[in-house]
Amino acid sequence: MLLLAAGFIAPILIMVVGAGKPSSQVFGAGWRSFDPQGFPWLRKNLEAAWTGSANLSFPSAMLNSLIISSSIVVFGLGVNSLAGYALARIRFRGRRIVLAVVIALVIVPFESIALPLLVMLAQPVAGHRLTDSLLAQVLPFVAQPLYIYLFYSFFKGIPLEFEEAAQLDGAGVLRTFVSVIVPLAGPAYASSAILTFLYSWGQFLWPVMVTAASPDLQPLPLGLLNYVGTTPNWGGFYAYATLMVIPVVLVFLLFQRWFVQGVASTGIKG
Amino acid sequence: MSVTPAQAYRSRWGYLFVAPAAVLLLTFLVAPLCYAVAISFTNRVAVPTPRLPTQFVGLDNYRELVADPDFRTAILHNLLFTIIVVPLQTGLALGLALLVNLRLRGHALFRTAYFIPIAVPLSVAGLIWKLILDENQGRPGILTEVLSTLTAGAVTPHWLADTHWTQVAVVLVSLWSSVGFQMVILLAALQAVPRELHEAAMLDGAGAWRRLWAVTIPGIRPQLFFVTTTTAVLSFRLFDQVYVLPTSPGGPQGATTTLMLYIVRLSQENGPASRVGLAAAATVIFLVIVLLVSLLQRRLEPKD
Repeated sequence: MLLLAAGFIAPILIMVVGAGKPSSQVFGAGWRSFDPQGFPWLRKNLEAAWTGSANLSFPSAMLNSLIISSSIVVFGLGVNSLAGYALARIRFRGRRIVLAVVIALVIVPFESIALPLLVMLAQPVAGHRLTDSLLAQVLPFVAQPLYIYLFYSFFKGIPLEFEEAAQLDGAGVLRTFVSVIVPLAGPAYASSAILTFLYSWGQFLWPVMVTAASPDLQPLPLGLLNYVGTTPNWGGFYAYATLMVIPVVLVFLLFQRWFVQGVASTGIKG
Repeated sequence: MSVTPAQAYRSRWGYLFVAPAAVLLLTFLVAPLCYAVAISFTNRVAVPTPRLPTQFVGLDNYRELVADPDFRTAILHNLLFTIIVVPLQTGLALGLALLVNLRLRGHALFRTAYFIPIAVPLSVAGLIWKLILDENQGRPGILTEVLSTLTAGAVTPHWLADTHWTQVAVVLVSLWSSVGFQMVILLAALQAVPRELHEAAMLDGAGAWRRLWAVTIPGIRPQLFFVTTTTAVLSFRLFDQVYVLPTSPGGPQGATTTLMLYIVRLSQENGPASRVGLAAAATVIFLVIVLLVSLLQRRLEPKD
């Protein structure tokens, strides 16, 4: 069990240690060398990674990633939870059909619509096209059938009495939702936020397709790839990867409990 | 059913709440789906010109795909990957979940260890592993070095130069990246299996192995099922790893070309003249496969 666990962590350790090595030590017998004098290399590599590639520095790639991921998370939580609530609790004509369509759409993988979506977005509307923009990396991922369904099943499980009490107090639909339902749905919000964030943070296929002509708008995973493509500096690569991965790992460790609950509940809901 | 003003008022809020999601889903999911089907019957290129106008070509694209050996190999790779990864990953996830569930000292630490790779984006994982496996100017990667030291030079795979070893590497990276996710789902399920069942089985003299098959597995069947089917669907979406890990995307010699990679390549390789119609047909086939897998899942789903 110790061995297994070590095997799982090893690549991450190798990455962090590699960030403090000159390129020549990353391969072969170099793995045995752990240079206590490696500090200058760590600095050198970090500086090189920070500069990034000609078109995209590390800070701007980070900024792109942060803008994209946080917009998707924030708008996604709002849009999906509102829809989930309406489907679970408000009677309106066509509700059943909407619900059925949402459930059917859960199984459609984004990959299958990536290409037609790209072709659609590449057509200029009023002289503007949506490709090669940050917006094009956000909008397609805001509304997610899976999370609408997740919120729907969560809201269904909340006892009706809470809302009835609020309504007796004269609260309208929106007030009831904001002040009664949202506070009760913490776990649903947390798990869908974390899952959405990790997914959008690691996005690769869509940025490859939609930012082909605008390297300055690419998120971190592509920034890393560009960086590797322009300089075969492997120590620098490890430094870049470390800069990119370690903050997420730390946040992830902090929220691990919530995350585990979230993953577990998606599994149970199917 | 007569509608009171209060109900009408509420239902207006219903529409309002659903509207943003509905608009976004229609624009970015339903419309592209229909569009894919539509252009799959045309010879459309990425940027049509007067010399290359878009025309209806019936089933030509589908015929061409079926006849294309590269396309068939790509599907074959997806199938192969699925057949290998689903049992491996489910088995490993179950094994890890059982181990963690023994609650030995430090089990939370182990859980974290298996789980951490989830925080590493797949494409980055692919690149890190590339360095661990790849050789550079005649010097092998770390894992190869360790393997050959341990086996006194008997096993020194040229991971990314050899077609089979590259495929093994893709499987390895996929396992590393996502087994923790499945482990957590199974672990939650294991912890929900009533303790009394185990105790009763023990009183009946069932050994550990017997209890695993008679109590544990049936107890977590829905989640086990969920894990296998999502892994199957996900393995058809295989892209990031085969893009960054091999020496060239889908290489060497096409050994790791998957359906998604094939589609992306078709839609980009010739710039404005890329055959988008043909790629859309491949997309439709991809979608049909995924739908079939999901339908099969619904069919087989254990009902309580």
